[in-house]
Formats: sequence, C-alpha cells, structure tokens
Amino acid sequence: MSFMPIILWSDALVFLLLASGIATAWYVRRREHLLLPWRRVAQNATAMVSLLVLSLFLLVGLLDTLHYRAALPETNGGETVYSPEVLSVFDKLVEPLRLQTEKTYSAPFALTLYAKESISDAQGNVLHDYPRLRYGGAHLADVAQRNGDVVKRALTGALGGLLAGLLIALGSRRWLVQHGLPLRPMLIATLLLAALIGATAHLAAAYHVLGTDKVGQDVLYLSLKSIRTGLIIGTVTTLVMLPLALFLGVAAGYFRGWVDDVIQYLYTVLSSIPSVLLIAAAVLMMQVTIDTHPHWFDNSAARADLRLVFLCLILGVTSWTGLCRLLRGETLKLRELEYIQAAQSFGVSSLRILTRHIMPNVMHIILIALVMDFSALVLAEAVLSYVGVGVDPSMISFGTMINAARLEMGREPMVWWALTAAFGFMLVLVLAANLFADAVRDAFDPRLNRTEAVA
Amino acid sequence: MSALLEVNNLITQLRNGTRIVDDISFGIRTGETFALLGESGCGKSMTALSLLRLLPDGVVHAGGTAQLDGVELFGLREREMRGVRGGTAAMIFQEPGLSLNPVLTVGQQIAEALALHQDLRGAAAQQRCAELLAQVGIPDAARRVVEYPFQFSGGMKQRVMIAMALAGQPRLLIADEPTTALDVTIQAQVLQLLRDTQDATGMSLLLITHDLGVVAEMAHQVGVMYAGQIIEQASRTQLFAKPLHPYTQQLFAALPDAGRRGEPLAAIPGSVPPPGSITRGCRFAPRCGKAWELCGEQTPEWTMLEDGGGVRCHLYGEGRRGKREGEIQKGSEAKIESGVYPSPLSLPSSLLEVSDLKVHFPIRKGILQRVVGQVKAVDGVSLAIPQGRTLALVGESGCGKTTLGKALLQLIPPTAGSVQLAGRELTGLAARELRTRGFRAPGAAMQMVFQDPYASLNPKMRVAEILEEGMAALNIGSGSVARQTLIDTLLDQVGLARSAKWRYPHEFSGGQRQRIAIARALAVSPQLLICDEPTSALDVSVQAQILNLLKSLQQELNLSYLFITHNLAVVEYIAHEVCVMYLGRIVERGKTEEVLRAPRHPYTQALLSAVPRIDGKGRGRIRLDGDLPSPANPPPGCHFAPRCGLASARCHEASPEERNVAATHSVRCHHA
Repeated sequence: MSFMPIILWSDALVFLLLASGIATAWYVRRREHLLLPWRRVAQNATAMVSLLVLSLFLLVGLLDTLHYRAALPETNGGETVYSPEVLSVFDKLVEPLRLQTEKTYSAPFALTLYAKESISDAQGNVLHDYPRLRYGGAHLADVAQRNGDVVKRALTGALGGLLAGLLIALGSRRWLVQHGLPLRPMLIATLLLAALIGATAHLAAAYHVLGTDKVGQDVLYLSLKSIRTGLIIGTVTTLVMLPLALFLGVAAGYFRGWVDDVIQYLYTVLSSIPSVLLIAAAVLMMQVTIDTHPHWFDNSAARADLRLVFLCLILGVTSWTGLCRLLRGETLKLRELEYIQAAQSFGVSSLRILTRHIMPNVMHIILIALVMDFSALVLAEAVLSYVGVGVDPSMISFGTMINAARLEMGREPMVWWALTAAFGFMLVLVLAANLFADAVRDAFDPRLNRTEAVA
Repeated sequence: MSALLEVNNLITQLRNGTRIVDDISFGIRTGETFALLGESGCGKSMTALSLLRLLPDGVVHAGGTAQLDGVELFGLREREMRGVRGGTAAMIFQEPGLSLNPVLTVGQQIAEALALHQDLRGAAAQQRCAELLAQVGIPDAARRVVEYPFQFSGGMKQRVMIAMALAGQPRLLIADEPTTALDVTIQAQVLQLLRDTQDATGMSLLLITHDLGVVAEMAHQVGVMYAGQIIEQASRTQLFAKPLHPYTQQLFAALPDAGRRGEPLAAIPGSVPPPGSITRGCRFAPRCGKAWELCGEQTPEWTMLEDGGGVRCHLYGEGRRGKREGEIQKGSEAKIESGVYPSPLSLPSSLLEVSDLKVHFPIRKGILQRVVGQVKAVDGVSLAIPQGRTLALVGESGCGKTTLGKALLQLIPPTAGSVQLAGRELTGLAARELRTRGFRAPGAAMQMVFQDPYASLNPKMRVAEILEEGMAALNIGSGSVARQTLIDTLLDQVGLARSAKWRYPHEFSGGQRQRIAIARALAVSPQLLICDEPTSALDVSVQAQILNLLKSLQQELNLSYLFITHNLAVVEYIAHEVCVMYLGRIVERGKTEEVLRAPRHPYTQALLSAVPRIDGKGRGRIRLDGDLPSPANPPPGCHFAPRCGLASARCHEASPEERNVAATHSVRCHHA
C-alpha cells in the first residue's frame, strides 16, 4: 500500500460528530413533524446560501481530517517504510501551495520579496534590491507583464469556474425545484462561489494570492489549514461544555434548594478565577505531561493533536458558566408555568419534565449562545496562542496566524495580508454560522410558524 | 349640547393594508360617558391609541377625522399633539402595576404632568399633588406623595394613575379597561371614583371595556365593536332593554347567571376573526345564527334608527325590517341548544374530604435563613365535595384559593390537616406512592385545569403529545394505538376536530386551548377536576362555550368540580355549593342559592353588592374600604374586622367560630 491511514484523536471526535449528525438526519427524515422545521429552513434563502458557504468550509475541514502517512520510495527489507510526516488528503490536493515556499514575506501577487537583499546580477555586480520570488510569478520574464497576466488568469479561471458552476447548477436544478429550495439565490450564490474559487485556483497556481508569511509559507494555504483547527475548537469545545451547562443549569433552576446552592457556588467560584490563568495552569500541566512521556506519540502531529484536544477540553470545562447561568434563569421562569405544574400533577418524573418540557423550551437560548460562543472560542484560541498556552506552535490555526502577524503590524511598510486573510476567513465563517443558526431558530419557533395539520 | 369629541370614519391599518379599526364614527358630549364594548382583538384599544396618535410601530392612521373640542387631532403637528395628550385628553391603562415607573415616587410622576400642562413647579406642585391624591381618595395623601409605587396596592396604583390623568385637567379621559386587573370590591371603588370625578369636573369619559356589567353601571352611550367596526350604537337604556344586532343579543344570552342554571348557555360558536380575514359580507356572519345569503355577499351599511342609535346589520337595512321579523325570532330560538340538564343525583358520600388544611410559607431572613414568620396562605380550611357535584370557591386575589387548589393536588405540600380522596389519605404520601395509591391512581384521579390557557400548554409539544403525557405517566392504555384511539375520543368529547392532534397549541384560540387543557385533564379519567379560574382569561362568548362543555362533561362522566373563581355570575350558573374565602379562611359556606340569595357574612354581602349587574339594579351598595390585608400579618380576631362596617370590639379580639344558620348554610361571624 502506498499510504497508511492515521486517525488522530481529534479526527476520531470529528468522525463521531459526523456520525451522530448523520444518524440524527436519518432519524429526522423518517418523522414528518420533525422534518417540517427543516423544510422551512430549506425554504429560507439566507439560510441556504449560508449553508452553502458553511459547507465549503466543512468540506475543507473534513478533507483536512483524513490523515495518512505516505510510503517512502525505499523499502526496508521488503517492508514498506512510511514517511514520518502526517499529511491530510487536503494537503495532497493543494500540494503546490504547501511545497512552494519562498524565503520570507512577500505581498499578495508580488513578484519580489518584501525585503531588500544583496543580490548579484549576471554581470557580477552586487545590488541591494528586492529579489524575484522563487515561485510567485516565476513564469513571467518581465515584471511589467504582471497586471495583464493577473487579469487574464483571473478571467480565465473565473470563466472555468463559471462553467463548472453552471454544470453543477443544471445538474442540481431538478433536485432543488423538487425540494422547494429557493432556486434563484442558490444559483446566483453557486455561480459566484464557483467563479471565485475558479479564479483563486487558477491564480494560486502561479502567484501567492494572499502573499507569504515570515518563513515564506503561502498565506492562502495557512488560512485554509486554519479552518479545521477553528472548526474543531468551536465544535469539540461545545461538545464538552454543552452537557455541563445544560444539565447543571436546568437542574439548578428546576430543583432549587440545595442543588441550586451547590451548582451556584460551583460556577461562581469557577467564574471568579481569571480564566486565562486557569487555562494557562491546565495547559502547562498538560504540556509537562506530554513532554515527559514522548514515547506515547509516534510522531509530532499526534502530539500537537492531543494538545488541541486537551485545549478543547480545558476551554469547555472553564467556559460553561455563562450558558449555565442563562439556562438557570430561564428554567426558574419556566418551572412556574402552568404546563410544568400540569405535568407534575400527572406524576411525571422530574427527569422527564426536564427533558420533555424544559429542554425544548430553552433550545433557542442554547442555539444562540452556541453560535456566539463559536466565534468567541475561535478568538479565545488566538488570545491563548499569544500568551503561549494555545495550540501547539507547529499547528496552523487562526490564532497562530494572528499572533505571528501581530508582531509585524508595527513594521513599516506594514505586513497586512496575514492578518487580513485570517480576519476575512474568520468573518465569513462566523457570519455564515450566525445567519444559519438564526434561520434555524426561527424555523423551530412554533410561535412564528403556523403549520398545517399533518396526520 | 355639542359634542366634545367627534370621530368620523376613522381607519387604522397595518402597513400591509389590513384594517384594524375600520371606518368608525361616534361622538361624545361633554360630561357624558361613552363605552366602547367588545371582545379582545376587536380593535377597541387601537381606537383609543389612534385618537391620541400613540399607535405602535407598523400601525398607521389611514383616514378619517377626529375633532376634540373643535380641534382636528390628525391635523396637529407632533409638538401640538403633545399638549393635547395629558392636557385636553388623558388616558389610563389596564395594568396599573405596569403604568407607573417603579423608580420614581408617585409625587414626582404626578409633578411631571403638572409641570407640563399646568406649569406648576416646586412647592405649588407638591401642594397640588397632595390635593390630587386626596381627590382620588388616597388617605393621608400629603405623606404618601413621597412614596414609591411598590408601596401602593393595585387599586391604589390605579387611583394614582387617575390622579396623574387628572393633573392636566383633561376634558376627555380615555380609560382602557381600567378595572379589568382589579378585584370586584376594588373595581367598585375605582368605578365610583370615576363617576364622582366626572360629576365634579364635568369631563367626558371614553370607557373601553369587555364587561357588560361595567357598561351598565357607567355608560350613557354605548358602541358595540366587532372585528374593527362599530356594529351597534345606542344609549345604555336602549341597548340593555332591546339589543338590535344579533351579536349584541347573543352576547347578552351568553352571560351566565342563576336564571339559566338548568339550561346550556347560548354560546356564540367560534371566535372573533383576526383582522383582515373577512373581506366580503358581514364580519359576524360566520358566527351569526340569523345570517342568510346576503350576509355573506354584501357588507351591511350603517342604518340610523329613529331614536338616535344605529346598527350595522342587514336585518335592519332598507325595506327588510318587518319582513324578516318572524325569522329573527325563529332563528334565535333555534340557536339555543335543545335539552335541559337534569340535576344530578346527589350521593351522600363525599368524594373529596378536606379537614383543617393549612398551608403556611415560612418567611426567612438573614444569612442563616432563620424563620421569622409565617405567611398563612391557607389557614384551617375544611370542605367536602360529593360525587358529581360542583363546589365553587370564591374570593378575591390573594385570599389563598389557588394555593388551596394546589395543596389539594399536593403540588404544594400542606403544613397540616388532611385531604382524603375517595377515602384515601393523600397528605404525607411520597410522590411514588401518590402515583400508585393516591389520587393519581386511575379511577380515583384528581386533575387541574389552569387559568391561563396560554401558559398551561407546552408550546413545543403537539396536542397528541400533550394528551398522551398523562397517560404515559400513569400507564393508561397499552400501546400507542390504544392511546391514539383514546385521544380521538377525548378530542370528540371536548368538541375539537380529530385533526387537531397534530398541531401545536399556538395555532388555537384561547377557548380552543382551554378545551385542550380540559382534554388533558380528562385523559387520565379523573373523578374530580380542580378548575382554577378556567374562564377568566376568555371572552364572554367563549366563556359560555367552556361553561357549557364543563356542564355537559359533568353529566356524561359524573365528574365533581372544585371551581375556583372570583366571578360570581359563573358561580351562580355552575355551582351547587359555594365557599367564600377571605384571607386563608372560609367565612361562609352553603348551597349556592342560600349564599348568593341570602348572604349572612358582611364580606359576602359586600362582594355581591360590588358586582356590576347588567340589569343596572344595584342591591344597595355596601362599600368596602381599603384592600385585602397581607396574609403574613393578618389582623387579630376576625380577619375581616378592619374593613367591616358591623365590626365591634369583640370582632377585633376573638376569631369567630363557624356557626350553622341553616342545615347546609354556615358562617363565621359574630353578628350573623
């Protein structure tokens, strides 16, 4: 076999999430009344366009999750030897981006480095000038051709993308109409995205579309790789935090008395400790453990990955207090409502009241809080990476990108592209998630939707 | 006399063109009270807000004129309009608790109006504040000027609101359901105050209400509103003597009272249509018993009658009068469901036996949460309900009647006393035991129907799930097929379509929701239903539907009811026996006729006299001063003594024992 699949801890968690997502979808598909709100989501143009954007991010994240180790050409006595480097399917797809590194900073679409160097020309004269890039625009003989070439490549790329998009659109048209999805906005969004992706892909083959960073890595590649880290921090942390916040918050609000007292003391104490301090302490402890047990890990990727998973755990354990407090308050209000008392007078058990009556009625708060938290968590990762307790330095994330770019903000002329790229990608990701969650919340609110009777 | 307010063809609509107030015209003469009567959602409040140009966002004035004291209101600029609001025309709102700012003293809030409209400031304003508070009957006004709204009771807050409205010396006072949130005895005080103020100042009053009794007491002229239109206008005497529009007639017929005890109420089917849903024909036609083809096709015109009134109905249109007269009579008779309810066989054994039940809530204070006192919400109540009978528990808000109901269901653990259901003791049983052996066991079950149909159904569950929950908890009906059949039967019983079970509660109107709540209680085949004000959140026409349903269910299933209410008309109609509750104790009990026809306790007498009657005949009003005392600190001796006109020294010292004045009639009073 020419490769060996590797499943890291975070991969396993992602697959678990994916599997539960698919299982839920399958369960919902067979139940008409559960399917109904999702139908309404499907009819909402904003939601569907956000979902389209979101699914592109998810696709990149998922491709980046399929890890493997490639076989090396030489064999060890008939046994295949695998490279120690853990790559993902995504890395393979964009291999040129990964491998074509320059010496140091270069601006987007630049042909030269961002710093002057002493270079010797053909005559042997030593000049102090900006040297040409090794890969970026290397096919151009003359610097003056650049603008024309960029426009030409962008146009042909966009045209190719448009054609591909048109094919996809025509292929999925019937399906869209069948399911009553908003046709026009979806088609327009598909074409626009296809053109954008086509142009970027075609340009990226010859230029560094978003420039390069300090060690010459392509910023576009870094941004795309950061998506997986961001998604994992956002979702896995939520996975850890949600059961804690939901269970403790609802229990505190519903049972009152000593249960409430204990939970309140717990979260008051937890939230009164500066969270960065708490996280730093936990991460450093974990770091020491990892460093003293190098034999636990086959390769550096596994170590970086475990650190990411633990960071998610730690963030989850420290960040449930806010949501818990919100849910407690809402439950306090709900428990006095008459439908809860009606259930009590039937002798319905407390657990059943919590799951059947209270939880569905706090779902809107959870949904909003989660999406808000998602962006906050991606940002928290950036802050923690700055303090030095975030993800492993070898792991590419928005946090490490911002952190590296921050150092160059004071420089003249300014290196702006790394920060802008991270900012742009995060903005699109978080905005799409927000809009989608908003539409989902509206679709699930029975007060906003009058349904027809379905027998 | 000329008209102070003259409204012509007023139209108020949503931005999408749906008319909420549709072509309304009326006039109010100086010193007169004009009542706008109608059910919820018919556009009465919107009419008032349109006049003051205080419409909420998304609602706009789309046509018509309103002249107040010769000034065209819709021609004024916003700056001039501010002088009108609170100056020429003032308004008081339904919920006194929400219309005062909790962080300002009442003096500051009245002074604000004085500074704006009378240009009074400083000491003069303080002086005037105290005068106004004294004028609206607040004792010790000079001291209370500096108090905050939370230090006033509900009735007092409404008086403060009236004082605030009077500060600008308005010529017109708009009162939007001014007494709906208040108890009957307090309502009587506030209505009396409004009448006195009107006599003293000669202002006009635009009274918005859904209560026919209030109209009968207050109004000179009445406009009946339905679905955004005034459908009938007449003087009070005319309207009550001979209502013309079928809606008005049916509204009167739907009122419960003792005279209709044996027979079902003439409920108006359905509910008020949402604005904009009926564009063609008469808006009442779908619910009208006298509608014929024309009513569905052509919108009736406003018909002026010789006596000054008017009506919007084809029955009185050109050339139709007289011709239809015979059919009118026939129609109205056919409307009332046939059949008279036979009175149930009275069984000697009691289904529910409560003796000396007490519910006390401890008041805790300080860091160590030491108990410093007790709120005696229910203080030694005994009662018994036989199978198939209805016991009504009557009292003002805060008297502990809801707490009593919940304590019977063991939702609130009783402090002392015993509750026996079909011979089985319920107090002191653990939750699991309650389910298997106590009232939750099938066959001896007791269930509750709550007051607010909007809060008593989980919005995230469909009707079938709501109904199934109790069955699942008590293991009734094996398997989902059997339960679905049961659910269908239940929906038939409460008069809902079977297709309703796949819908969510918010898709139903208030009355339909209350039917679902009743079906939910019936799902576990209880023998006793505790109905906690089941109709107080509903309109009169819908209330009649629910009362009819409860009565017919009692016949069919031989149910017993504990009917908790403050509405004495409902009690007269539905109850076999009555207990009157005051501050945690039952002060008078007996058969309905005995208690309501010949009340012995002064509190019962006052309560009865405070109820506005639609025949306009008061029974010699007994005014009750003050409010219900706090149950945390009840007066010594007889709890009612401080408000009682008959109280003597003995009343303030010793609490009276229960005495029988007839075989079934007993009372707790030294003087009875």
